[in-house]
Amino acid sequence: MNTSLLVWIVLAPLLGSIASGLLYFYHIKKSKVSDIYFSLIGTITPFISFLITLSLFLRMLDEKIIFKQQLFTWLNVDKLNIEMAFLGDNLSIFMSMFVTFVGWLIHIYAVGYMKGDGGFGKFFAYFNLFLASMLILVLADNPIILFIGWEGVGVCSYLLIKFYYGKKENVLAANKAFIVNRVGDFGFLLGVVTLFFALGEVDLSFSSIEANLSNASDKLLVLSGVLLFIGAMGKSAQIPLYVWLPDAMAGPTPISALIHAATMVTAGIYMVARFHFLYSGIEEIGLFIAYIGAFSALLAAIIATRQTDIKKILAYSTMSQLGYMFIAVGLGFYSTGLFHVFTHAFFKAMLFMGAGGVIMALHHEQNIFKIAQHRASLPIIATTFLIGVIAISGIPPFSGFFSKDAILAAAFQEGQYLIWAIAMFTAFLTAFYMFRMYFIVFVAPNHHEADYVYTSKTITIPLLILAIGAIGAGFLNLPSVFGGNHFVDTWLGQLHSKHIHMDIVTEYVLMALSIIVAATGIMAAHSKYANFDVSKPENETGFIGNKFYIDEIYDSLFVQPTKALSTFIDKIVDEKIIDAFIMNSSIGFVNIGKKVAMIQNANVRFYAAFMLVGMTAVFIYLYITLGL
Amino acid sequence: MISLTSYAFVSMMLFSIGVIGVVARRNIFVIYMSIELMLNGVNLFLVTFARYHFNMDAQIITVMVISIAAAEAAIFLSVIILLFRSRKSLDTNIFTTLTQGEKL
Repeated sequence: MNTSLLVWIVLAPLLGSIASGLLYFYHIKKSKVSDIYFSLIGTITPFISFLITLSLFLRMLDEKIIFKQQLFTWLNVDKLNIEMAFLGDNLSIFMSMFVTFVGWLIHIYAVGYMKGDGGFGKFFAYFNLFLASMLILVLADNPIILFIGWEGVGVCSYLLIKFYYGKKENVLAANKAFIVNRVGDFGFLLGVVTLFFALGEVDLSFSSIEANLSNASDKLLVLSGVLLFIGAMGKSAQIPLYVWLPDAMAGPTPISALIHAATMVTAGIYMVARFHFLYSGIEEIGLFIAYIGAFSALLAAIIATRQTDIKKILAYSTMSQLGYMFIAVGLGFYSTGLFHVFTHAFFKAMLFMGAGGVIMALHHEQNIFKIAQHRASLPIIATTFLIGVIAISGIPPFSGFFSKDAILAAAFQEGQYLIWAIAMFTAFLTAFYMFRMYFIVFVAPNHHEADYVYTSKTITIPLLILAIGAIGAGFLNLPSVFGGNHFVDTWLGQLHSKHIHMDIVTEYVLMALSIIVAATGIMAAHSKYANFDVSKPENETGFIGNKFYIDEIYDSLFVQPTKALSTFIDKIVDEKIIDAFIMNSSIGFVNIGKKVAMIQNANVRFYAAFMLVGMTAVFIYLYITLGL
Repeated sequence: MISLTSYAFVSMMLFSIGVIGVVARRNIFVIYMSIELMLNGVNLFLVTFARYHFNMDAQIITVMVISIAAAEAAIFLSVIILLFRSRKSLDTNIFTTLTQGEKL
């Protein structure tokens, strides 16, 4: 079977990135290069990836095959053998389908958004690299190659968050994202190493890990499961490593869309689903993951209700939705979790792109109350934004309803009523804060009319395409009560996910409940914010407005002690102990040398006397030892 | 018959006087003479033992030492003259230019 196409999914954006990067060097060093070339390279390469993925997907629909492409042996030390290999099975092709598709649309959107920016070429070089890293992560055949993509995604997010590095906040936000992610990455790497030793040092490809899983002791598997999940916490912004995600909004909006919809944050969920064979064996860890997800979802939703920055509200909503996904994968409903990743990609990309359109139209204003004060007429953006808000709130028949309701039903079916209750309450909050944002930004009465509106076709067309996805994606995995055929569940059959089996009445009751909850949230938002006086904006005050002081707590708990420790090591250990020891010993040698040099006083008689003493000593020695 | 010990004693005395002269005196000429005294002390020692053992080897060495000392004397005296010309003195305490830190 000729599978050589597989690697080109990764290579296309990677080469695109290199090409744009070199061209950008030429652009700044030699002569100006028109933005058109960058946008051509930048948008065509993800499209190529998408087409290849699509063709592989269609082939997999016909015949049940798994694509596997081995390029070369990357590392071979003793028993550790790492192949540079890519795996195109149902899971990775499913994932790369929407990663490339949504990624491609975001690239097109970025052409309009970044128009006229000085770093246009640089932006697209980073952007393609971001997508390539994510695709390496998705298509990797072993955890080490996955880790390359994992780190690549981290680096690209760092580069893109501080894209406008002239501003200090951006640099700080990028550093925060990178450092917090490193904590998770460290966990992930330790997890892989633990797994390697637990399995008896076998070949590290996913298939051989799965085959050898029975050799390992349970304790080590639990340990590696936890460590791998710490990695997922960092990448997918869960408690306690979520603090970077809201700050990451410092980057230009297309980056936020890419991070939140197609790349980066979904990596954690994908990784857990990749290791489904590991996690389904250790259910207590699965439950732990589900609880982390539930509390992250709740915390993010509570914080989001008081935020005033449009992008930060969306960031917290992403964290909240990621919490839902972790509930699903933690409880063993991998395909349900991935289905939510899939639908979320559409409506979250759309929401971010819509938000970006609004922000652009109003001279980069991000405060929702100020946006409302100078509202511009943006019909397409307003409509698509509404679709996204409805989808995320979970109103049928929009896509978010089906995926979120499946997760709620899963928690209920597993008997995890606490998780179910938290998730239900979060669903209420989600509907509330999303519609709060919508009502303030687009509905609440204002007294000014904006005089400046900028939109471009490249902004609105991707929005419209995504709107179709946000409405229709849910039908791919229609529950059987509506006559659906569970396409996604069937497609991801390899994951051996649990499925929802409950009697029809319970299922209908649960659905009705979640619709009622979402509707209540919308009503609450409507009554409070539909006629809100935007000239008297809310502030981010109080316990919730200050995000539960989590940043401050982390600062005093981790950052300040680390700083104090660094200062201690610098000023005390380094200067007073190590330096003192080295400097004093060298000064001592110099002094001894000076003392010895005083013997060389050029006085001939002194030398003679010295020689005499020496010779006498030698003779005495000889006399004693030889007994002469 | 003068005993071997006496010869040895005289030569050791000569050598020791030479050593003390080198260490204690400051005049270069006196130092030079003390060195010659040491040489001759050793020569006497060699000759004594050569006679004692009826062996001519040490006497040959002694003759060579005397001849080399004569050649050396020529160089030594010319060096002393040059030193005197440069500093107008024969005090060894003045010739300390090879010590650390002192400028020429």
